Amino acid sequence: MTLSLSTPDFLIERNRDRCINCRVCVRQCANEAHIWDEEEQRVKSDDALCVDCQRCVTLCPTHALTIRKYPLEFRENANWSANAIKAIYKQAESGGILLTGMGNDQPYPIFWDHLLLNASQVTNPSIDPLREPMELKTFLGRKPEKLMMRDGKLVEDMPPQLELEVPIMFSAMSYGSISLNAIKSLAAAAEKTGIMYNTGEGGLHKDLYKYGKNTIVQVASGRFGVHPQYLEAGAAIEIKIGQGAKPGIGGHLPGEKVGLEVSQTRMIPEGTDAISPAPHHDIYSIEDLRQLIYSLKEATQYRKPVGVKIAAVHNIAAIASGIARAGADIIAIDGFRGGTGAAPLRTRDNVGLPIELALAAVDSRLREEGIRNQVSLVIGGSIRNSADIVKAIALGADAVYIGTAALISLGCHLCQKCNTGKCNWGIATQNPQLVKRLNPEIGAERAANLISAWEHEIKELLGGMGINAIESLRGNRLMLRGIGLSDRELSILGVMAAGE
Amino acid sequence: MLREGQVRIPSGCAISGIMNKRGEVFSGQDIIKSIALMHDRSNGLGGGFAAYGIYPDYPEHYAFHLYYEEQAAKEKTEQKLNSLFHVAESGKIPTRRVSSIRQAPLAWRYFVRPKPESLLEDESEDELVVRTVMHINSQIKGAFVVSSGQNMGAFKGVGFPEDMGEYFRLEEYKGNIWLAHGRFPTNTPGWWGGAHPFTLLDWSIVHNGEISSYGANKRYLEMFGYRLTMQTDTEAITYAFDLLLRKQNVPLDIAIATLAAPFWRDIERMDPERQKLFKTVRAVYGSLLLNGPFSIILGSNKGIVALNDRLKLRSLVAASQGDFLYVASEESAIREICPNPERVWAPRGGEPVIGLFEEGGNLV
Repeated sequence: MTLSLSTPDFLIERNRDRCINCRVCVRQCANEAHIWDEEEQRVKSDDALCVDCQRCVTLCPTHALTIRKYPLEFRENANWSANAIKAIYKQAESGGILLTGMGNDQPYPIFWDHLLLNASQVTNPSIDPLREPMELKTFLGRKPEKLMMRDGKLVEDMPPQLELEVPIMFSAMSYGSISLNAIKSLAAAAEKTGIMYNTGEGGLHKDLYKYGKNTIVQVASGRFGVHPQYLEAGAAIEIKIGQGAKPGIGGHLPGEKVGLEVSQTRMIPEGTDAISPAPHHDIYSIEDLRQLIYSLKEATQYRKPVGVKIAAVHNIAAIASGIARAGADIIAIDGFRGGTGAAPLRTRDNVGLPIELALAAVDSRLREEGIRNQVSLVIGGSIRNSADIVKAIALGADAVYIGTAALISLGCHLCQKCNTGKCNWGIATQNPQLVKRLNPEIGAERAANLISAWEHEIKELLGGMGINAIESLRGNRLMLRGIGLSDRELSILGVMAAGE
Repeated sequence: MLREGQVRIPSGCAISGIMNKRGEVFSGQDIIKSIALMHDRSNGLGGGFAAYGIYPDYPEHYAFHLYYEEQAAKEKTEQKLNSLFHVAESGKIPTRRVSSIRQAPLAWRYFVRPKPESLLEDESEDELVVRTVMHINSQIKGAFVVSSGQNMGAFKGVGFPEDMGEYFRLEEYKGNIWLAHGRFPTNTPGWWGGAHPFTLLDWSIVHNGEISSYGANKRYLEMFGYRLTMQTDTEAITYAFDLLLRKQNVPLDIAIATLAAPFWRDIERMDPERQKLFKTVRAVYGSLLLNGPFSIILGSNKGIVALNDRLKLRSLVAASQGDFLYVASEESAIREICPNPERVWAPRGGEPVIGLFEEGGNLV
């Protein structure tokens, strides 16, 4: 091989006054950036292997380690950034597609940060959630346009609904892309907090069937692990069409991640690549989607809501309207900041739409067409905190999916190397040595804590607005004002400017 | 300056209502006295009344009360009315000069019956009237329909309610239900159409409060074809009742459980059948829940319903004496006209006070 022109991304600084050569860092780093030098009897580092996951920094008992951005200064060039140059060195070496993990990290506008919330002053009272009931219960599923009643009794039952105590769910992350311990953490946290987690396209591991009433089972283009018992196991079914991080792209779980248990769960031979085709090969159009929706409804005797997850793309409003008309009970829309276990870098960073605009456009369109009741709207990619959730619901969402935030609660440090399978935090890996670093009981507690912390914050924000039930916030865009936005953006978001 | 409808104006208010359950009519004097007592709850920028049973000569005719700001609006409106309806009688609504009342629009009323050929396929007479009202209010500049129900009418404008009562000579009318409203808007509504009560067909609503769910309520109602041109809570509440009671035939108790829904913690304690019913109501009609403070009185030809928000964030007192039922923002406003009622009570949040005419049957 010729000389590599690649230079390290990060610099490992070891404070020799503090380092006691205990070798914790050596044992912790799956990337082997820390090395024990037998000859010199001391720990050394190879900067080139560091991914800045902060595992060694966090675990170093003497706080001897600091990771910095590598101080490599290319000659200043407003056009050719260091990343742009380094990408070319890599591709010149490999001849391959650049891969990455997690969501779009480019500096596109974040509309959440341009929306401000309202509060009550004088003309109506704010409500104190510590004194008054504050209700966040949310139902996802098709709602009839009116209640049919006779002699004070309901003539027919409501279509099947998902009942959430908080309008938050853990978004789809498959077994294979993340570890069993990570999934167990989220499943147990969902059970604890009365919400849902989503299997992703990796099937349902046998240990997870007990969380069925808090599970959304996904049916994706690879149809991995899909069988009648699987469909019956969850509280709802989700057809995955697309993902915000890689709209229009399928999935590829490399064979080295397909160990015995992944292979059994996905129902594929051990060690083989699991390839999810870009489209479903039985869905080439909207009428085909309708058939799959109704096949799944038939298979589960119309007892479970069936949702469809799509990535936010340019024509999102019309697509969502078509999906509602195709019979979906829930539409999940994933914005271009949504995370992924692996995606082509150029797709992740350049395809799709911000979820805020997609959500506003879809909610408005469904209302214009008078079919907003027929379908619930769940959005994700990316929700970073409780205020984002409140803003999303005010724009028109029924609930939100959180993926990246959920993983961060388990210890993820957003190093964006999920695709390598070397996750030092035991999350995006199938290496048993790494997986056991994540204790599912502690993970469940941390993820559940995040949900209850956000629940408290949502209640505070609602109370401040003089609202004591989440349904009164839903689509209530008068509670929002835009700041630093163009007239066009304000009109797409359907909000007034701050000061109006 | 933007006028009401172009901008949302939060308001505080006084409300009062009197009904005679046997349907016997009485003059407007009492309601004026009652609302006048709560003078300080309004600020002179809005006052009004709704009265039922006042047009016994035309009980089956829709009584259109119109305000005109210009002559051209009157001509266009009359052209529209004449094309769709037989007009049995029309004329100026009688007024007297009151020093504090300024810039009054021309107030005109019409007693009309729909022409059978005006009805669209499957359209009821009520729906034709609603369509006409929406058309006039949104399409004819300078014209505003104040009320459009049978054997009822609304009288309202910019001023204190007692002055408005004097201006419209309400002591000369006799009705079996009287509702009154005194308004404390935070900025000037600019025109008479912005005053309350708000009406549609024979529904009328007087309301005190500012609903924090307005944006959610409005966008839900718009899906059912309502155009909320006034940007007021009262308008949204009227349409919510109209949708539930008239269009969807939902029973009154369920409509009330929609607007002032029981809390989940209370639903959990209900028997399984009621639990399922109320869970369904909240899941299906969640967007119609009225959140934040309100006290309202809904009037119709069948009776009245008074209701508080579920936390009781606004005052509302009820009283009864013989055949009379009273509801008001303050107990003093009732005692002013009925010093020693047999019963006085403060309804709990979400618990309606329902008064129906003995002869009238159900509210819808």
